[in-house]
Amino acid sequence: MAGVNFSDVRKVYPGGVEAVKGVTFDVPDGAFCVLVGPSGCGKSTLLRMVAGVETVSAGAIKIGERVVNDIEPADRDIAMVFQNYALYPHMTVYNNMAYGLRNRKVPKPEIDRLVRDAAKILEISDYLDRKPRALSGGQRQRVAMGRAIVRQPKVFLFDEPLSNLDAKLRVSMRVEIKKLQKSFATTSIYVTHDQLEAMTLADMLVVMNAGLVEQIGVPLAVYEKPTTTFVAAFIGAPPMNLLRVQAEELAGIGGLRAVPAEGGIVGIRPEDLDLAPVGSAPEGAVALPLTVEAAERVGPESFVYGTLDRGGTVIVRLPGQAVPSIGEKATAVARHGKLHIFAADGRKRLDS
Amino acid sequence: MVERNRFGNLVPHLVLWIGIIIVAFPVYLAFVASTYDQATIANGQMPLLPGTHFFENYYRTIFIGTSGTTREPVGQMLFNSAVMALSIALGKIAISIISAYAIVYFRFRFRMAAFWLIFITLMLPVEVRIYPTYKIAADLNLLDTYAGLALPLIASATATLLFRQFFMTVPEELVEASRIDGAGPFRFFQDTLLPLSRTNMAALFVILFIYGWNQYLWPLLITTRDDMQTIVIGIKKMIVTSDAITEWQIVMATAMLAMLPPVAVVVLMQRLFVRGLVETEK
Repeated sequence: MAGVNFSDVRKVYPGGVEAVKGVTFDVPDGAFCVLVGPSGCGKSTLLRMVAGVETVSAGAIKIGERVVNDIEPADRDIAMVFQNYALYPHMTVYNNMAYGLRNRKVPKPEIDRLVRDAAKILEISDYLDRKPRALSGGQRQRVAMGRAIVRQPKVFLFDEPLSNLDAKLRVSMRVEIKKLQKSFATTSIYVTHDQLEAMTLADMLVVMNAGLVEQIGVPLAVYEKPTTTFVAAFIGAPPMNLLRVQAEELAGIGGLRAVPAEGGIVGIRPEDLDLAPVGSAPEGAVALPLTVEAAERVGPESFVYGTLDRGGTVIVRLPGQAVPSIGEKATAVARHGKLHIFAADGRKRLDS
Repeated sequence: MVERNRFGNLVPHLVLWIGIIIVAFPVYLAFVASTYDQATIANGQMPLLPGTHFFENYYRTIFIGTSGTTREPVGQMLFNSAVMALSIALGKIAISIISAYAIVYFRFRFRMAAFWLIFITLMLPVEVRIYPTYKIAADLNLLDTYAGLALPLIASATATLLFRQFFMTVPEELVEASRIDGAGPFRFFQDTLLPLSRTNMAALFVILFIYGWNQYLWPLLITTRDDMQTIVIGIKKMIVTSDAITEWQIVMATAMLAMLPPVAVVVLMQRLFVRGLVETEK
């Protein structure tokens, strides 16, 4: 067992593109760390550097107490699950899982026991003699997990392992991965661009953007208190409404010790807004008059898209299926104490 | 879907049969000619049904040879051709798969230079570089040897390019998974790349075997001794133009025999061959 430590890790590709621009954080032993961010934010590069399939340009990556920058992937005591599974197509499921152990000169009976145990856990015992081609996507995914588990590594690395599965399977595999990780208590780093996956799996959420870490924290804490507008917009679906406001307005909202002269950005999550008839907003509440543009009814809840009279658009999440008709005027009212206030450049949170 | 009626099926079949007859009739005639005695063909008759001298002619062809023109029986020529074609096919596959592996998976100085050098040799087939190649073969004492027959034809740009293209389609993750699984460059080549290339190698083998078997110019230059002749050269030498009578029944029997090994290779490896051309197993 071991934690993973990044200190000022950078990756510069030949040609000068800087994919990771100095990342420092710790993944404690046994934690499930999820790196999340839009494509091109450097999350996969960071993971691949831990695996050793990508070189580290600067800084140091430690697994346990050992700096692994110049250590071969095979000697890092890690196991990786790839997005496209990367199973050996010409080997049976059994051999796919046993291959790494054989290369490590593990005695044969031991290999057999490990492979069969892993197969039992993942419920693929019946397919051991099949080739990957004869398996469904979900089954291949399980084999890829099995290949990682049999090695009993110090760190599991997952590179968007669920993105090739259909939506239903993705949910059930997600639950299963979480369960497995808890039972093995192995440090895991998981890369995804799906914020829902990130929220549900992580003990520790690392939001990345443009090669830098935006915010690190427990998923719900990140959700409740995003530190930048990027995180605010990225975590949560539909995304948080962000409105640019002047200094006077900001002062009117209150809750700030000092109001910056250049104004700021106010964020309100769609579920923290209610729709009220025009002119019926309670005194002192943040009220946004709007015209309804579109409404999506997804069953248990509905999303109303509106154009604000002051300019800009807003999304309101309503419970149930009753929505105003398109073109109707209404007022969106923010629930008390649910505002997020950011600096004008979006890089800092102003309220606490 | 094309509508299926009797007429619709008839036309394609008719066209196919015409094609088959055009292609197969000369072969059939050669076979018929190889089953008569010398006198029948020399008289200018060309029967359309096989004659009665099948066993006699083929026995003579394989074990004795023609009476006047070549002293070697065709059995020896078949053996020579087989050795040459097999060495060329296997040698080419071995060399080109290794060089393609080096070019695709390793970053070394002058990698692209090496690739372009190989690529440029595509423009220089044996016929173009025949004199220098002959000179080198002669200086190395390779005249009238199997090595001399096969070696100069082994270096192959085409096969290297083919393997290079195939290797480039192998997902990068497979290499990475191998590295994480503790497989070094050699193990990756042996455990993953070679098995994946199986169908490609089979397809190449068929093509290269036929290529080697049909070589004419190079064996003609490099062999002078009768017992080193290949069957393609042998056929040519059996046909006399001057004072003697060509033993056409023997020539035809030789031609039939010369056709058999390539046909056998194609038939036996057909399944792998087709898969290698159309399907990639990844």
